[in-house]
Amino acid sequence: MTERVDVAIVGGGMVGGTLAAALAEAGLSVALVDRADPAEQLEQAYDGRTVAIAHATHRLLQATGLWTRLVPHAEPILDIRVTDGPSLLFLHYDHRELGEDPLGYIVENRAIRRSLFARLGGLETLRFRAPAALARHIAMPAGVTLTLADGNEIDAALLVAADGSDSALRRAAGIASAQWDYGQTAIVCTMAHEKPHRGIAHERFLPAGPFAVLPMTDDPVHGHRSSIVWTEKKALAPAMLALPEADFSFELHRRFGPWLGEVRVAGGRWSYPLRFAHAETYVKPRFALVGDAAHTMHPIAGQGLNIGLRDVAALAEVLVDAKRLGLDIGSAAVLERYQRWRRFDNQVLLGVTDTLNRLFSNDLAPLRLVRDLGMAAVNRLGPLKHFFMRHAMGTVGDLPRLLRGEAL
Amino acid sequence: MSQAPNHSRTRPDRPAEPPGRGAAGTVDPAEIARFEALAETWWDPNGPMRPLHQMAPARIGFVRDRAAEAFGRNISADRPFAGLSLLDIGCGGGLMAEPMARLGFAVTAIDAAEKNVAVARRHAEQMGIAIDYRAETVEALAAAGQTFDVVMALEVVEHVADLDAFLAASVATLRPGGLMAVSTLNRTAKAFALAIVGVEYVLGWLPRGTHDWRKFVQPAELTAGLRRAGARVTELSGLAYSPLSGRWSLSRDLGVNYIAAAQKGP
Repeated sequence: MTERVDVAIVGGGMVGGTLAAALAEAGLSVALVDRADPAEQLEQAYDGRTVAIAHATHRLLQATGLWTRLVPHAEPILDIRVTDGPSLLFLHYDHRELGEDPLGYIVENRAIRRSLFARLGGLETLRFRAPAALARHIAMPAGVTLTLADGNEIDAALLVAADGSDSALRRAAGIASAQWDYGQTAIVCTMAHEKPHRGIAHERFLPAGPFAVLPMTDDPVHGHRSSIVWTEKKALAPAMLALPEADFSFELHRRFGPWLGEVRVAGGRWSYPLRFAHAETYVKPRFALVGDAAHTMHPIAGQGLNIGLRDVAALAEVLVDAKRLGLDIGSAAVLERYQRWRRFDNQVLLGVTDTLNRLFSNDLAPLRLVRDLGMAAVNRLGPLKHFFMRHAMGTVGDLPRLLRGEAL
Repeated sequence: MSQAPNHSRTRPDRPAEPPGRGAAGTVDPAEIARFEALAETWWDPNGPMRPLHQMAPARIGFVRDRAAEAFGRNISADRPFAGLSLLDIGCGGGLMAEPMARLGFAVTAIDAAEKNVAVARRHAEQMGIAIDYRAETVEALAAAGQTFDVVMALEVVEHVADLDAFLAASVATLRPGGLMAVSTLNRTAKAFALAIVGVEYVLGWLPRGTHDWRKFVQPAELTAGLRRAGARVTELSGLAYSPLSGRWSLSRDLGVNYIAAAQKGP
């Protein structure tokens, strides 16, 4: 059987799913395909990560009907403190400097997926096929035909690849990607602690890489919780991950000090290799890349999902506008607008993030002096500091309507 | 591909002599020859027609919004103009006709250059869009008594031989209460500098000789011509290009490119 839709999206993760919801909400017909079983993705062991949702990104989730279900699972970030190793000089971002809004929210990936799957079921012009594998796809002059492993076919005017940093669709499209390995591994876990975190996110730069403590919502079982993102040298990470419970907790404690009282690990430990990747182009006729399929960045600034969702907001606006003008939404002329809107912005952020990691993930005395003086200067110069804070909140630049909290 | 309602698509009995090229028509043979030479490049967004591709969203948006007001349609609905007919005069490769058909109009699109019509017809068939394309003149349609809810002549009046006669025939194909949209280039020094020196000579976006400045039309001339033909101009808007974003948008400056909406009295 052949289904005809405006847009076919491959990859039903947070980026692909949110795009599907935004497009279907605006009346476009969407087929969303994911090879993983949604039920499996909701299990505790599948993904232990949290994400920092920037202020602007939260408006996108509001506009696409995903935020309501997330509210009980979103911990507002009221304060960000950045310290450099043992140095006392630090950057302090207090949300009250810019008004009432929190700087962002920490949400568990699982909570976002749960909210997403619930939303996807309630949209009239959306069909979510999962688990379903894509067997092949062929671009035709008027569209692209997807054939699923079960023999079903989907005809779409546009194919969107939201299939992650190792995007098979990007490779199949012959789009090259600049990439390198950081030689670092992110160790991720949830930590239960005695004292409340008061909405404070800490990032401490250690020679192996940044160590972040991110405030999570309280939990009936574990009480006060924070999410740990511990960047470690690739060679050392397996040994750290294999440490017995008490030793692992000791290593954590040693890295961020006594301010949360007694701590222990709640649940599993996960690890993710860290790398950089940026596709040379985001679009081809009848084809577009979004999120990690287009770019993978270091988690040092907590921006990975946020820029992915910025892609979503821009692409959704471009496609909905084009559809309402009767334009061919898969044509090069339409897709060029998305590319122009996002690729340069992302290039800048990816570059800054890459530089930050190189500047901070070392123990060289001259560099340390320079960066400490730099941080102290930023902290004292109001305008410069507010500029960085607004960037962290995602409220700068030519914002798509969804990021301004408007409907499409 | 299905047939557009009420019109026959193929016209095997058409006379060998292309219609409208006689002294009585408003078609200028030299202009037609120029566009015949470009026909194959209509749908290449990076080819010689790039400026038209870039202008398309702003112009379609203008016509769409005026039509939504005139006929009480909601533009965020699927195929908002279903049930209405539209005539596209000087359709070229179908750059405006296809979007209008996607928006639900039953589109009839005409062009005096046969090659344009052939390219447009082939493209629409490839895209699976039903459009009634004809190598015909608006005078012939007017003489046959055909009428439409919306008539558009975009970037056409600066290429015709007799403006008043052209506007009279165009308005004659409009139903009472119907909407006419006309876009063109103003005959100002600024338009000469930008549209001819800039676009054709400096940037090379269009082949030299595409436009003849003397045939550009001032808004007052267009408004008067339409009034004599029986339609009242209800809105005039400039079209401005932003080099930074590469996009066109509506503006208050009528000095170079502009577009007019007019309504035919009941």
